[in-house]
Amino acid sequence: MSKANNVILFGFGVSPFCGRVKVALAEKGVSYEEREEDLCGGKSEQLLKYNPIYQKVPVLLHDGKPVLESSIIVTYIDEVWPSNPLLPNCAYERAKARFWTDYIDKKVFDTARGIWLSKGGEEQEVAKKDFIEILKQLEEALGEKDFFGGDSFGYVDVIAIPLTTWFSACEKFGGFKVEDHCPKISAWTKRCFQRPTVVKSLPDPENVYQFTIQFRKMHGL
Amino acid sequence: MDGDSVKLIGFWASPPVLRVKWALALKGIEYQYVEEDLSNKSDMLLNYNPVYKKVPVLVHQGKPLAESLLILEYIDETWKQNPLLPHSPYERAHARFWSKFVDDKCVPTVIAAFSKGGEEQQKAAEEARENLKMLEVGLEGKRFFGGDKIGFVDIAIGWLPYWIGIVEEIVGMNLIDADSMPKLNSWFHAFLDIPIIKECMPPHDKLLNHTKAFLQVLTSSSSP
Repeated sequence: MSKANNVILFGFGVSPFCGRVKVALAEKGVSYEEREEDLCGGKSEQLLKYNPIYQKVPVLLHDGKPVLESSIIVTYIDEVWPSNPLLPNCAYERAKARFWTDYIDKKVFDTARGIWLSKGGEEQEVAKKDFIEILKQLEEALGEKDFFGGDSFGYVDVIAIPLTTWFSACEKFGGFKVEDHCPKISAWTKRCFQRPTVVKSLPDPENVYQFTIQFRKMHGL
Repeated sequence: MDGDSVKLIGFWASPPVLRVKWALALKGIEYQYVEEDLSNKSDMLLNYNPVYKKVPVLVHQGKPLAESLLILEYIDETWKQNPLLPHSPYERAHARFWSKFVDDKCVPTVIAAFSKGGEEQQKAAEEARENLKMLEVGLEGKRFFGGDKIGFVDIAIGWLPYWIGIVEEIVGMNLIDADSMPKLNSWFHAFLDIPIIKECMPPHDKLLNHTKAFLQVLTSSSSP
């Protein structure tokens, strides 16, 4: 483990975007201080100071300087601590990794929300259909590889794996199983969770499910 | 040879395509340009970009890439002359942040400001101005976002004030002006003054007419 480099992560336990940063730091063996934000109760002054534009987590503070936006933070971590690289060497493969990261960011979480934060009915059915199509697209990108990065766990795997902790909530509220529709994604998920860095960095899907129940109650569902 | 192996599939009025043209021009890369008819997309485009079916697509040595900001990063990594991104990881993270901020926050609020009506338009315009004003933080007393010379952020976002100016002419609403956003306004004029930037811009009147038609479609699809 490299010595703590004055690295602070403002985060929120179940956030998959914070999860990415934690996995990346763990993969690099970087020690950090975690500051849990109370997103429902009231954001800290420090968070608002370091991220005035979006007022969101995660924020990575490195030697007092803030880095914002989870995929940008993961790239930053990869550049500052270059051992055990997450992005591939070749420029074309790096571009492909960024492409799938961008796709995942545009599609997965918002579509999933349409399932777990839904009253049900037609709206939820549409969200389920879209969600499965998105995962099938990612299955195509994965192909026969063990990881999105190829033989080794890499950038896109770091970006995507925390989102899978929200699948259980989607499955329970949506009445379906990801494994039935996208077995390769399920197999990839299990493979990633064999890594200690992933296991120690991410929340239990049961905790995420409990969070969604509370969140739904707050929204009258 | 570079000229044989770089192809850009684009549309003359597309801002994301313009970003890529600027990057290729700044690096001095020769390429073949293919104009796409977006109302009748070619098999080539659909094969090269099956996920989004959009321009720009950069094809280098037969391998296609989509999404303009990541095409810019690819260009910067492949051709090392005139670097676009700064050297330090922290400055690079900042550059990526501002480029994404424009796409994620500024563009939707600017479109809303121009396509909505009545009270909704006022509210959208206020939000758009707030977002644009925030860009001045990114300038931080520099001439360009890249410092003394233009860089990644300048070519990622330099199209926006030009497009805003065109739409301001059509709609008769002012979003960027010298009084409320002096730094942004100065930056915009300095950026557009650069010959290599000017050369790639679509002609003003042609873009004005195209944008009028585009706005009509937008406003008719957003009205009840």
